[in-house]
Amino acid sequence: MDVILFLVFAVVAVVCAINVVVQTHPISSAVSLIGVMGSLAVLYLLLGAEFIAAAQVIVYAGAIMVLFVFVIMLLNAGAEAKEGRSLMVRFLGLPALVMLLGLLAYFVQRLFPRGDSVHFGGFTGGSPRDIGMALFTTYLLPFEATSILILIAIVGAIVLARKEMD
Amino acid sequence: MGAVPISWFLTLSAVLFSLGVAGFLLRRSIITVFMSIELMLNAVNLSFVTFSYQLKKVDGHLLAFFVMVVAAAEAAVGLAIILTVFKNRKTLNIDDVDSMKN
Amino acid sequence: MDSFLVISLVKVAIVFAVLLTTLAYLQWVERKVLAHIQVRPGPYRVGPHGLLQPVADVIKLLTKEDLTPPFVNQPLYLLAPFLAMTMALLSICVIPFGPVITVGGVRTAMQLTDLNIGVLFVLAVTSMGVYGVVFAGWASNNKYALLGGLRSSAQMISYELPLSLAIASPLLVSNTLSLSELVGKQAGGIWNWNVFHGPFPQVFAFVIFLIAAFAETNRVPFDLPEAENELVAGFHVEYSSMKFASFFMSEYANMITVSCMATLLFLGGWVAPWPAEYGSRFVPAAIFVAAGLVALYHGLNPRRRRDKYSLPVVAAVFFVMAGAFLLPMTQEWLLPLFWFAAKTGGILFLFMWVRGTLPRFRYDQLMGFTWKWLFPAAMLNLLVTGFLVAWWS
Repeated sequence: MDVILFLVFAVVAVVCAINVVVQTHPISSAVSLIGVMGSLAVLYLLLGAEFIAAAQVIVYAGAIMVLFVFVIMLLNAGAEAKEGRSLMVRFLGLPALVMLLGLLAYFVQRLFPRGDSVHFGGFTGGSPRDIGMALFTTYLLPFEATSILILIAIVGAIVLARKEMD
Repeated sequence: MGAVPISWFLTLSAVLFSLGVAGFLLRRSIITVFMSIELMLNAVNLSFVTFSYQLKKVDGHLLAFFVMVVAAAEAAVGLAIILTVFKNRKTLNIDDVDSMKN
Repeated sequence: MDSFLVISLVKVAIVFAVLLTTLAYLQWVERKVLAHIQVRPGPYRVGPHGLLQPVADVIKLLTKEDLTPPFVNQPLYLLAPFLAMTMALLSICVIPFGPVITVGGVRTAMQLTDLNIGVLFVLAVTSMGVYGVVFAGWASNNKYALLGGLRSSAQMISYELPLSLAIASPLLVSNTLSLSELVGKQAGGIWNWNVFHGPFPQVFAFVIFLIAAFAETNRVPFDLPEAENELVAGFHVEYSSMKFASFFMSEYANMITVSCMATLLFLGGWVAPWPAEYGSRFVPAAIFVAAGLVALYHGLNPRRRRDKYSLPVVAAVFFVMAGAFLLPMTQEWLLPLFWFAAKTGGILFLFMWVRGTLPRFRYDQLMGFTWKWLFPAAMLNLLVTGFLVAWWS
């Protein structure tokens, strides 16, 4: 059951990721990226990370991607023109990518013995209570730092995007 | 109907990361390049959570959470920059905003 | 494992049958409430007291010509109503309608699934519901649809912030994210409900939640993106027949979801105002008997000719329902369901009451309100709640 779930959502994630890179119109890429994030959220649930799965959907798919989609719609970014690439890129690009991926996959399989396996319910330490305990004790300094970071981002975004005041 | 080997998750993370790198290097529209960056960050998040499962600690989840927060801040500022670039150069093609001599 | 699947399927069938009927008849209730606020009868002719009006509307919407305009972005155009409808219906899956009951030898909770991150699930699904509006506006290839869609989704994501903070405050008091545990911690009586209890009664959070809920569901006074419908037509201008019905139904389903969340978070869910031993089991029966008597009185002195035949039937139905509440075998599950439905119905009535009473905000007033007043107020409420909870324990 876990294997089927993993395979289905991993295939969806990879297909959507390929779509992000391949599509010409930015809005299709954005929709595919939302698909990637949704399937990753399901994979996080399989890994016992329930809070991170919910945060992924709320923050990433539900807020950051909405921002992307807004900007694409406001700028009316049209489809990219398909310009010709050099002969070398067109014939060697895809095989090189596949070879790189194959190499990465092989090394990953070599490094991690088959003993470790993931099943739903194998890790129960990802509940909001555990995240909260760790966030406010061990990781308090990064927490405060990121809150200041968000403040800087808000001020920066408003300053950059406003109309010129007379 | 057994369990999923951990290496499969890491392979998936590597695949998504490489696709993100490919998109970052090959695409010409600023927004698509930015979205490839988000794809890379997501792949790294998956790695973090997988290792957190393997080590049975919650710290990987925390790091993934911080990556998400930083990505949100980066998206906000980055998109503001894109809007400004569009206002000034009237194009979203990264080849055309190059004002260097050669 | 097998019986779990069968029980779940039965529960899903019951919940969705009841939900879809409620969606249709909620529209009837809204039209009647608005009509009586405006001193007119409302739907009256199609069936007794207009009760078959939703059926007539469904038939009309299904048999209308389903045309696709020529220059729309086909995949997104078809995806948008699906997204809106799916996300609106998905959040009903985690809402508890009552306690754990034993019916026919089967012990099950009156909830489709009890996630331990139930509140976060509802928030996540609400965030994804914005996409239905955004894609509908974009795919329609129409500048009014685009503007309406962008405004509506900007409003929805801006009001998600005070909504989340208003949700966080009773969570600080109750200390759990699971919805059925949340209700469990408010058991006992009206003094235990989150809006009245604890180190800091969550009255402000309740008000902020309701205001943000009005804006999230695009209802008056925040319905400018939709009122452009009446003037020009907002994000669903290019949609007809069943796809338009999807947007329509998703709006009502969202209304039901936020009312259920308000009930669960603030008003104690399915907990009766005072414990059942002290007589609150007779309250539903008493209410239905009183309603039946009122209907009987108006049936015997009819104001309109048709009331002479329809109102006594209504009175008989009310008396039968009052009898149903007194049967011993239904007490376990019917009473909590009654209290939950009564509180949710009260909040839904508030939605309709406000629609009939208040004028709408202009868009810049609306956005200024959330960023300058509502969000700081919600943050202040969260701070005060957190401080008092920490100090008191």
